Parts: sequence; C-alpha cells; structure tokens
Amino acid sequence: MRKEFTIQMCALFEKSPFIFLTGDLGFNAFETLRDVMKNKFINTGIAEQNMISVGAGLCSRGFRVFVYSIAPFCYARPFEQIRNDVCHHALPLTLVGNGGGYGYGVQGPSHHALEDYGVLTTLQNMKAYIPAFAKDLNVIVQHIIDRPLPSYLRLGRCEIPANFQPPEYAPWRQLLKGDAGIVICVGPLAGSLLGDFIKMKPLERPDLWALCELPIPDIPKQIIEDIAIGKRLLVAEEHVSRGSAGEMLAYMCMKIGLTPAAFFHHHAQGYPSGLYGSQNFHRAESRLDAVDIMKTLSQGQTKK
Amino acid sequence: MNELQKIARQRLLLMHYQSQVGHIGSCLSCIDAILFLFNNWMNRNQDVFILSKGHAAGALYTALWSIDEAIEEDLMSFCKDGTKLAAHPESQSFPSIEFSTGSLGHGLSLSAGVALGKKLAGESGHVYCLTSDGEWQEGATWEALIFLTHHKLFNLTVLVDSNELQAFGTVKEVASMNDLKNKIASFGATVLECDGHNFAAINSALDTPSLSPRVIILHTVKGKGVSFMENKIEWHYLTLNEDLLKRAQKDIAAL
Repeated sequence: MRKEFTIQMCALFEKSPFIFLTGDLGFNAFETLRDVMKNKFINTGIAEQNMISVGAGLCSRGFRVFVYSIAPFCYARPFEQIRNDVCHHALPLTLVGNGGGYGYGVQGPSHHALEDYGVLTTLQNMKAYIPAFAKDLNVIVQHIIDRPLPSYLRLGRCEIPANFQPPEYAPWRQLLKGDAGIVICVGPLAGSLLGDFIKMKPLERPDLWALCELPIPDIPKQIIEDIAIGKRLLVAEEHVSRGSAGEMLAYMCMKIGLTPAAFFHHHAQGYPSGLYGSQNFHRAESRLDAVDIMKTLSQGQTKK
Repeated sequence: MNELQKIARQRLLLMHYQSQVGHIGSCLSCIDAILFLFNNWMNRNQDVFILSKGHAAGALYTALWSIDEAIEEDLMSFCKDGTKLAAHPESQSFPSIEFSTGSLGHGLSLSAGVALGKKLAGESGHVYCLTSDGEWQEGATWEALIFLTHHKLFNLTVLVDSNELQAFGTVKEVASMNDLKNKIASFGATVLECDGHNFAAINSALDTPSLSPRVIILHTVKGKGVSFMENKIEWHYLTLNEDLLKRAQKDIAAL
C-alpha cells in the first residue's frame, strides 16, 4: 500500500501541509514525497524514540506530523514516547507502520507487528486505522486529518481480488453475503479471504465483513440481526488474541447482551512450529486462511 | 546568593514540608538556573522552557510563583488531592509548562522538536531544556543530541544540572560518563561550564556567542543551601519534619 500511501500524502501536502518524519526507511518508495515536501520531509535517522518526541514537539508548534517506520519500530521501541509525549498531550501525530501483522514475512519476528493495535488502542486518544484495500487510504488519510488526535495507520499489502470493486470505505463494510456464518476480518487479510470466498456458492460461504478502525465503532445493525438469527461468528486477524479486535468485539457483544450461537477467533499464534517463512506461511500456521476458517465454521455447525 | 534565590528557597522548603513530598535536594540543585531563566533571561512571549528532569517540579513551580504565574494557593495545593501541581509537571497546568515530564530522557527530544518547529515556521524565540546529569545515561538523550546538532538547532540551549548524584549512588559509581563535556562536544555542540548557583555565571554562559547548538553544564550541589542536605543522596527522597524545616530555614537565612 506504500505506493497508494505516497500518492495520497503528496496530494494531501498540496492542500494541507504537514511534516513527515521517517526513521531512515522508505527507499524506493518515498523519493517522490521527499521531493514534493522538501524541508518538511525529514529523515530523523535510526533513532525512533527521538523521532516520536521530536514529532510531539513539532505538533506543539501547530504542525500535523506523520511518523513512518516498519510497524514494530514505530510503536514498540518508542512506546513510552508515544504514551507520554504524544497520547497524553492529545497531539495530532500519526504513526505509520508498514507491514502490519506478518507483513515482513521471512524477515522474522523482529519485523512483525502482532500486537500493535492492541497495545496502541490502550492509550488515551489513540485510534487505529487498518485499511483493507489500497484505495481506502484516500478516505482514511482525510479521516486522520479531520481528527486532530493521535492515530496509528497500519499499512499492509493490498490483496484485493482482480475486478472486485469494494464498497465505499467505511469502518465496517460487508464485502460478501453468504449463509454459512459471519466472518469479520481486520485489514488486508479481508482481500485474501474474499478471493477465496467469492468462488464459493452463497449457501456455502459466510458473510464477509472488513473492519478497518479500532477501537471498534458500534456493531452494525446487520451483524446484530444476523447473530440474533443464529449465525455463527468468526473473527480473523493478523494480531495476537490479547488486545485484539476479536476480544474487543466479544466484549461489545457482552455489553449489549448479544450472544452468538458460536464464537470463533483465528488470530496470530506467534511462531508455533518455530519455523519462518512468507506472510502466507505464517498466516497458514495461525490458521488465517480460507480453508481453515471454513473448517472451523463447519465444526461449529456440527456441534450445533 | 541574592534575595530572590533565598526567598524562592524558603518558599520551596515550606511547600515541600506542607505537602510532605521529597525530591528537595534535586530542586535545590537546579532552582537557581530556573529562577534566572524565568526572572532575568527568557522572553516569556516566545521562549519555551522544558524541564526534562521532571522530578524537580517543585523548583519550577517556585520559579513560576516568583514571576506570579503560579499563585500562593497553587503552591499550597502542591501534591494534594485535586491539585494541578503534581510531583512531576503536567502540561497545561500553567502556560509555561507545555509538556508533562517525569520519565527521564524525553525532554531533549521534545525540545528539539519545538526548536525545529520554530525554525520551520520562521518563529522567533528560543528553547531551553534542563536535564539532569544522570539523565545522560538515557540513550534517547544522545539520540536527541545527534539530531539537534545535525539540524543545527541554534535556537535550543541545553542546561545540564550536574550535581553528580543520582537516585542510588553517585554518577561515577553507578554508570560513569567520565568526561561528559568532551563527549557532548564531540557530537558538535558547543559546551560551556559554569557555577549553576551563580546568576552572573549563568548569565555569562547564556550570553556567550556560539556557532553551534549550545550545552551548558551547570556545576551544582544537590541540596544547595541547606547544610544537612548538601551532597546527600537521601535528600533525593526524604521529606522535612518541623525541626528539619526550621534548621533548613535558618541555613537559608544565613546564606
């Protein structure tokens, strides 16, 4: 999504200047943005803690600031700076983390972001955006600008199936209708599952929803109604269980007295085999693929 | 010591006594520099002060009281329930406190961001950041130093309260930085040294022209002015009882 992100950033800078800080990353991606932004594009070097606090200082002078790095480098290393200097002061700084989840594949665990939006959304004033598709960035970037508070943008790989026209961006979007339960998916994984589910007959496939903002906005009425008539619910996300969208959703269901016939959660399992590979390898190890998801939904049906 | 330094010390001691809060020694080592900045040096309409060693909040509140930004009632509420004067400074509690601090190693990067923001916006004014000496054990402080020298942030002055004591020992015992002055200078900053309790010396250091971002090492004494506190690590923590308060007040009066 970096290409689309760059396009949106260049367009935004023309109408609403901001400052872009990068922790020495963006080679072969941000050269155009650097040329457009000139002295407002700053490579702060390999010093993420400093980068976040410098960003907070810039925000205090009235600037909007975007801070970019590989996802774990921009939220895990400088967590205290995000907590104290940005979130506590409610400053309009956006963390842009590239390669959410297992996005950096065989680069290994140091480069994976499996707990990013969970820990970040525990912080005051923080909101996380996890675009499902590259074209979502157009709207999300504007949302970020319209909300002058801390935010986290988790970029991934756009996995939209060829020739699929997604519905207009919304925090919740139904991508596909089906009869075999409800699958709620966070971020780009939705594109991958969509590619598989779309080939199935409506009777055999689930409803597929993409969730792109956290903390979870109100649960859509359609999902509530579908749960109420007995549809089983499965949440799939490239994030560990603790602090996940699945946990948040379960909590929200409890709060409104909504009890699904069955609740399943496919989430990042870490590194169960101790082996490493591509993003798809790690997704498969965590059962974040259409085959395993359908197996789980079927098991639920058998029990019922 | 001049009258302002003595009056401020007396008020600081009373405030800490009434609230039964520690960090008195840390406040007494840097209060003179903060007083000088607010009373004699800074242009409050455009300059920014960031207390990176947030545990010396008492010194900052007392300095703000000395310029009537904080009032008597504010100091009376220090660290009591419902106060805006916490033991570490909270942003927005006073116009002169832009950032909450308390965790060491944040202030210099924040200051660099403010200074860069001023530079990019074409704003006048200067940024002053007060760190402790032990704080230079924090890696983020060095990240900030690299950044502010690389970006030639001449509108930023760093003051290091060098009392040579930290929370659980002397700086030399705990994690010696040996020649801090030359270490900082090697990153491209102009490093000056002065007596951190002497207004004239602080004035002279601040007034020294510099062709690179400036760091002033303030040679200070923890607990300065109170005989039983000076250079005593326990006064990082201890609170005053009535007898000790009287002794401390007497010491200050005799300065």
